[in-house]
Amino acid sequence: MANTTTAHTHDDHDHKPHGLKRWLYATNHKDIGTMYLVFACVMFFLGGAMALVIRAELFQPGLQFVDPSFFNSMTTMHALLMIFGAVMPAWTGLANWMVPMQIGAPDMALPRLNNFSFWLLPFAFTLLLLTLFVPGGAPAGGWTLYPPLSLQAGDSFPLTIFAIHLMGISSILGAINVVVTIMNMRAPGMGLLNMPLFCWTWLITAYLLIAVMPVLAGAVTMLLTDHFFGTSFFTAAGGGDPVMFQHIFWFFGHPEVYILILPAFGVVSEIIPTFSRKPLFGYESMVYASASIAFLSFIVWAHHMFTVGMPLAGQLFFMLSTMLIAVPTGVKVFNWCATMWKGSISFETPMLFSLAFLFLFTIGGFSGLMLAIVPADFQYHDSYFVVAHFHYVLVPGAVFAIMAGVYYWLPKWSGRMYNEKIGKLHFWLSTIGVNVLFFPQHFLGLAGMPRRIPDYSTQFADWNMVSSVGAFIFGFSQLLFVYVIWNAVRSGEKAPQRPWESAQGLDWELPTPAPYHSWETPPSRDVVAQGTVQH
Amino acid sequence: MSRQIRHVLNSAAASLVAAFAPLAAHAEWGNLNMPVGVTELSKQIHALHMTIFWWCVAIGVFVFGWMIWSLVAFRKSKGAVPDTSITHSTKAEIIWTLIPVVILVIMAIPAARTLIAIEDTRNTELSIKVTGYQWKWHYDYLGEDVKFFSALDRASDETRQLQSGRDPNEVADYLLNVDKPLVVPEDTKVRLLLTAQDVIHAWWVPQFGMKKDAIPGVVNELWFKVDAGKTGIYRGQCAELCGRDHGFMPIVVKVVTKEEYKAWVAAQKTGGTNEAAPAAEAAPTVASVATTAPQG
Repeated sequence: MANTTTAHTHDDHDHKPHGLKRWLYATNHKDIGTMYLVFACVMFFLGGAMALVIRAELFQPGLQFVDPSFFNSMTTMHALLMIFGAVMPAWTGLANWMVPMQIGAPDMALPRLNNFSFWLLPFAFTLLLLTLFVPGGAPAGGWTLYPPLSLQAGDSFPLTIFAIHLMGISSILGAINVVVTIMNMRAPGMGLLNMPLFCWTWLITAYLLIAVMPVLAGAVTMLLTDHFFGTSFFTAAGGGDPVMFQHIFWFFGHPEVYILILPAFGVVSEIIPTFSRKPLFGYESMVYASASIAFLSFIVWAHHMFTVGMPLAGQLFFMLSTMLIAVPTGVKVFNWCATMWKGSISFETPMLFSLAFLFLFTIGGFSGLMLAIVPADFQYHDSYFVVAHFHYVLVPGAVFAIMAGVYYWLPKWSGRMYNEKIGKLHFWLSTIGVNVLFFPQHFLGLAGMPRRIPDYSTQFADWNMVSSVGAFIFGFSQLLFVYVIWNAVRSGEKAPQRPWESAQGLDWELPTPAPYHSWETPPSRDVVAQGTVQH
Repeated sequence: MSRQIRHVLNSAAASLVAAFAPLAAHAEWGNLNMPVGVTELSKQIHALHMTIFWWCVAIGVFVFGWMIWSLVAFRKSKGAVPDTSITHSTKAEIIWTLIPVVILVIMAIPAARTLIAIEDTRNTELSIKVTGYQWKWHYDYLGEDVKFFSALDRASDETRQLQSGRDPNEVADYLLNVDKPLVVPEDTKVRLLLTAQDVIHAWWVPQFGMKKDAIPGVVNELWFKVDAGKTGIYRGQCAELCGRDHGFMPIVVKVVTKEEYKAWVAAQKTGGTNEAAPAAEAAPTVASVATTAPQG
C-alpha cells in the first residue's frame, strides 16, 4: 500500500474556510456529511426522548403523565423525527462522506446543491418541532397522516405539511446528487460492478427516493387543499375516498421502508467481509438482490392496508408479491452467512453491531413474513405485533447499521481510534436493551393489544412494564455512543492508514485522516484495482 | 407543554413507588400467543399463524445455527485461517433462492384458501350495521329496529382519567368493558356492515379472528359465526388510530343462545331502544368466562 500515500501528498493542503462560514457555506462533502450526521444524532435523541415519554406512560396501566392527545402527538412526532430526521439524514451523511471516497472522486458532483439539501433540513424540522407549541398541539394522527383524522389537526397542520415538503425536497436533491456522483465521477477502472456495495445500495436507494418522494409530496398537497381550499380528494362527503390516500401514501411508504434499510445492507456488506477477513460472498447476487427488493417495493404497498376492504384478487396479489420479498432478502442473509463461513472472524465494535443487525433484522424479517399472510394479518394488523416487527427492522436493523458504519469509518474520518471497551459496552447495552424493549411487544400484539393507545387493559401490564424497562436501558445507553465519539475525536489514539487490516475499498487507500478533498487526482488504475471488487 | 411537563414531574415520584406493584398483583406472563378463538375462521387463522411461525422457527434454527457455528468455529482468536477462495457459488445461490420459493408456495396455498373463506359473505343469517364514532360504536340490527350506542363503561372511564388516583387493577375488565354490549346468537353467521361517521376506526375482536376498518363513505363487510356452545363475553378494541380517545372505545360482544337472543330482541323492542341492558348483566358476573383475557 505504500504507493497510495505517495500519490496523495498534495492533498494535505486543506483550503478550508474557518468558523461559521465553513459550515454555512459548506460545499465540501465531508463537512456536509458531518453536518448531516450531527443533525441526525440530534434528531435521534429528540425522537428518542419522545419514545421515552411513550414508554413512561405505558409503564403501567392508567394515565400517569400525559393527556391522550399529547400521547398521540408523541407517537406521531417520534415517527416523523426518527424516519425523516434521524435515519434518512444519517444515511445521506454517510453517503456524503463515503461515496466520493469509495469511487475515487474528489467530492460530490453537485456541491452547492449538497449545501442546499442539507440546510433545508434544520428549517424543515424547526417547522415540525414548532407544532409542539401551537394551538391544538403537534400532529396527533399518526405519521401516516391518514385522513379524515389528520384533517382534524389544529394549527399544526400546515406547518407539518410544509415541513414534509421541505424534507422531501431535501431528500430528492440529495438523491440526485448521489446518482450524478456515482454515474459521472467514478475513477477510471471503477466499473459499476466494481463499486463497494454501500455505493450500490445507495444508488438504488437514490432512485427509490427520486421515484417516491414526489408521490408523498402529492399526497400531502392533496391533504392541504382538502383542508384549506375546499377540495374533496379524501373526503367522502364531497365524493372523495379516504382509502385513496392510503394507497398513495403507501405507494410512497413501502419504498420508503427500503430507503431506510437498503444502505444498511450496504454497510453490513462492507463490515462483515472486513472482520471475517474474506471477500463478500456472491457480490453480484447481492447487487441483483438489492435491485429486486427495490423493484418489489413498488408492487407491495397495499399490504399495509389489508383491513381496508380490498377485493379478494387484490388481497391475493399483494399477499403473493409481499411473500416474494422474502426471496431476495433471504439471498442476502445467506450471502452474509456464507461470507463468515471459513473466515477468520474477530469481534470489534463495528462487527458486533453488524452481527446484531444480521440476527435481529432476520427476526424482523420473520415477523414480516408472518404479516404477509393476509388472514393472519387480520389479527396482527395495527397491533403491537406490527410495532415489534417494524422496530426490529428499523432499530437493530437500520440504526445498528448506521452505528456500525460510524464505528467502522470513524478512524478514517477523524484519524483517531475510538475506545473499544466503551464501544463494546455501548453495543451490549444497546443489544440487550433493544430486545428487552421490543421482543415482548410481539406477545402484547398477539394477545390483542392495539398500537397507538396511551393506556391498556391490565392483562397487558406485565410485558408493557418489561418493554418500558428495556426502553430506558436502550435510550440511556445511547449517551455512550455520543461519549465514545467525542472521546475518540478529542483524545483517541492515532489511527493507522488502514485501521482494519483486511478492509477493502478505495476509502481505505486514502491517508488517515482522510484529506479534506478526497481524490484531487483520480487514483491510478493500480490503486483502483487494489481498492475495488474484483471478479 | 409546560402543563405536560408538570404532570410528568408530579407523577414521577408516585409512579416509582407504585411501579412494581402490578408485578405482584397479578400474573399474565403466560399471555404470549394469538388466541385460538371461537369461530371456524379464527381457528383457521390461528393454524396459519402457527404454521408460518414454525416455518420461521425452522428457517431460524438453520440460519442462526449457521451463523453461530461460523462465529464459534472460525474465530481469529482461535487461529482460524480465512479461505479467501470462497467468493461465490452459483449452485448454492440457486438452492437458496429456490427453497424459499417452495416454502412460500406451500404457505400461500392454505393462506389463499382461508382468505377465500373469509371473503365469502353469502348465506348470512343476521346483519348488523356498525358505525364508528369518535369514540364509541353504534350498532343497528338491520330489519329488527334495534339500535344503540356502545361506549366505555363508567368505572373504566373514571379510572382512565389523567391522574385519577384510581387503581386500574381494581376495575373489572379495565378499558375492555362497555355500557351496552353487542348481543349476537351462537352458531349463526353474523355479518357486520362497517362504516364510520367521522374518521376511520377498526372493529377487532381477537377471539373472532377478524379485524376490519370502519371508513366514512365506505361500507365494509366482516362476518363471524361463533361455534355452538361458545356463549359468553368476548372483548376487543378499536384498532385504527381515531383521535384522542382511540384507546377508549372497546368492543364487547355477548354471545347467547338462539332462544336468549330472540328474547333479548323482543325485550329491546318493547323496552325502547335506549333502555340500556343493565351493565351489571354484561360485565362482572359473566366476566369470569371471558375468554379474551384468560386469567393466568
